[in-house]
Amino acid sequence: MEPFTTLKAAAIPFDQPNIDTDQIIPARFLGKARDAQVNALFHDVRYDPAGKPIPGFVMNQPGFAGARISVSERNFGCGSSRENAVTVMVDNGFRAFISPSFGDIFFNNCFQNGVLPIRLDAARVAEIRKALHEKPGSEISIDLPSQTVIGPDGKSDRFEIDSFRKDCLLKGVDEVNLTLGYEKDIAAFEAKQAKELSWL
Amino acid sequence: MTAPRTMFEKIWQRHVVVDRPDGYTLLYVDRHLLHDGSAGGYGKLREMGRKLRRPDRAFATPDHYTSTASGKVADIRDPGHRKLVEAIQTNTAESGVTLFYVGDPRQGIAHVVGPEQGVTQPGLTMVCGDSHTSTHGALGALAFGIGTSEVGHVMATQCLWQRKPKAMRISVDGTLGAHVTAKDVILAIIAKISAAGAVGHVIEYAGSAIRGLSVEGRLTVCNMSIEAGGRAGMIAPDDTTIAYLRNRPFGPKEAEWDKAVAFWRSLPTDDGAGFDREVSLNAADIVPMVTWGTSPEDALPITGRIPEPSSGLDAAKKDGIARALDYMGLTPGTLLEEVAVDRVFIGSCTNSRIEDLRAAAKVVDGRKTVVPSWVVAGSGLVKAQAEAEGLDKIFLAAGFEWREPGCSMCVGMNGDTGKPGERIASTSNRNFVGRQGQGVRTHLVSPAMAAAAAVTGRFADVRRLLA
Ligand code: SF4
Repeated sequence: MEPFTTLKAAAIPFDQPNIDTDQIIPARFLGKARDAQVNALFHDVRYDPAGKPIPGFVMNQPGFAGARISVSERNFGCGSSRENAVTVMVDNGFRAFISPSFGDIFFNNCFQNGVLPIRLDAARVAEIRKALHEKPGSEISIDLPSQTVIGPDGKSDRFEIDSFRKDCLLKGVDEVNLTLGYEKDIAAFEAKQAKELSWL
Repeated sequence: MTAPRTMFEKIWQRHVVVDRPDGYTLLYVDRHLLHDGSAGGYGKLREMGRKLRRPDRAFATPDHYTSTASGKVADIRDPGHRKLVEAIQTNTAESGVTLFYVGDPRQGIAHVVGPEQGVTQPGLTMVCGDSHTSTHGALGALAFGIGTSEVGHVMATQCLWQRKPKAMRISVDGTLGAHVTAKDVILAIIAKISAAGAVGHVIEYAGSAIRGLSVEGRLTVCNMSIEAGGRAGMIAPDDTTIAYLRNRPFGPKEAEWDKAVAFWRSLPTDDGAGFDREVSLNAADIVPMVTWGTSPEDALPITGRIPEPSSGLDAAKKDGIARALDYMGLTPGTLLEEVAVDRVFIGSCTNSRIEDLRAAAKVVDGRKTVVPSWVVAGSGLVKAQAEAEGLDKIFLAAGFEWREPGCSMCVGMNGDTGKPGERIASTSNRNFVGRQGQGVRTHLVSPAMAAAAAVTGRFADVRRLLA
């Protein structure tokens, strides 16, 4: 997996809370190959049933093309476990998501794809979104080693991340390989459980 | 003396393979459910050049892409979808996994099949590449959804890296009123705590109203834990659980039964164990619920009115209500009971079990549908049981379509979708924008309330309809 260290890129604000993974990629695209899903990103909130762009949706507003960081209201990526919600964002250039909170499964799926989800205080996230609306195309700087985000207003915030996740991202660690290093422990666990829960 | 522990803590501790100093745990997975959307997991396994570590711990059934019109693989119109259903057959055959394939009466929605087959049991850890895996917690398992990469990880290692979630208890005490069901309970809970109310937590549902629910009702409650943001939801095993599990095909056999029951009895939360968060509701306050917006937290009592955007607490909330009402095509102040529906769907892993069909049939009996209405049983066995009880005749006589098991219109991946602008009363779990098809407006309700909508063409209060 590609390591993640720093990122300085344009950001896009999503003002609604609870942006679910059905919105990020509607179900009917899931059966397709990954490269056929690229244009499905936010499809049904971005286009009306006739295929015309919906002007109110932020991705259809000028100045936000090429954003690589999303800044959203609470509970981003809630709902379905579809990892396509992360991969379709990645395939559209995104590498980091900022929100006061995330759907748990989406959050975990990010790390599987070398993407950094950042939790920041809700008031600060609202401030960043406002700054982005005022100046579309503004950039945000993320530095994973020092765990800091510098907003479009130049203000710097520290964010928390588990050292396990941080390490895996920085080194681009493959989790399966890591786990296979514990093969003996897994086998010992299985032997013990076979005795205790013999009916399984 | 050991300190009092929650049920979640007990199950978690039992499954720790490795505890790292950085707070991450390698957690063992006892049961892995696979469905037709899990083909990507096999893809990951192939990429890694690895084999499935414990095929005996995995169980598979196609559900998302199956045809509910005929129940035949050949009738799946989209060739890509047909391939995904067929792939589950070749993949499980190669890897030695138990499969309940199309045509097998045991096939159905994974979260209906697991408990039905006794694959789901108290005290186990369970995962599936599907967010509604939380359903299985109803039998006292720690069960949660994962993404495709993690599915591949579990296939290769039978473990997952996890940071321990926090524990939350939601207690519902008292007696539920007539025609108030498990679905109304969980919608009331989500309306109270919000769609992000349990993020990072495993929920334990407790209290006399929860204990009073059947296993079917408990499955409905735990199913929607994810809609409250919960990592998982669980209910302590008791006599009801144990009676349900007896003689299930993949449960403990007679010789081991007593040993298993003794283990299950040790699981409930000890007196005095602490939770990170506690929430309580009074069962008597809960009435039949209907969602009006595009998040499950947008749930109101049937006696309520469509909210005014100005009722939002801040500008963002006001804007959110306005947006949801615009999508839903609703006018603020309208009585919910006056909202007309275009279509009714009874099904999904939330509400497609035998009890759900009985509750709906009771409302439908002797009445006629006035809008297109479907019943999609959760599994072939549920369907057969309903037919043995004559429920199919009641539904068919009323004008319902009686379809083959699968996820169907819950998500519409198989093409079972509504039309743009259609308003659907649905017993499923998500009223997200576009969930049942582009532009489709979903209202979440219980099976009895869905049936009431089918025969009246609007959101009728089932308590009055049956009075
Ligand atoms: S019935 Fe709906 S929620 Fe349940 S597994 Fe199928 S698609 Fe998911």
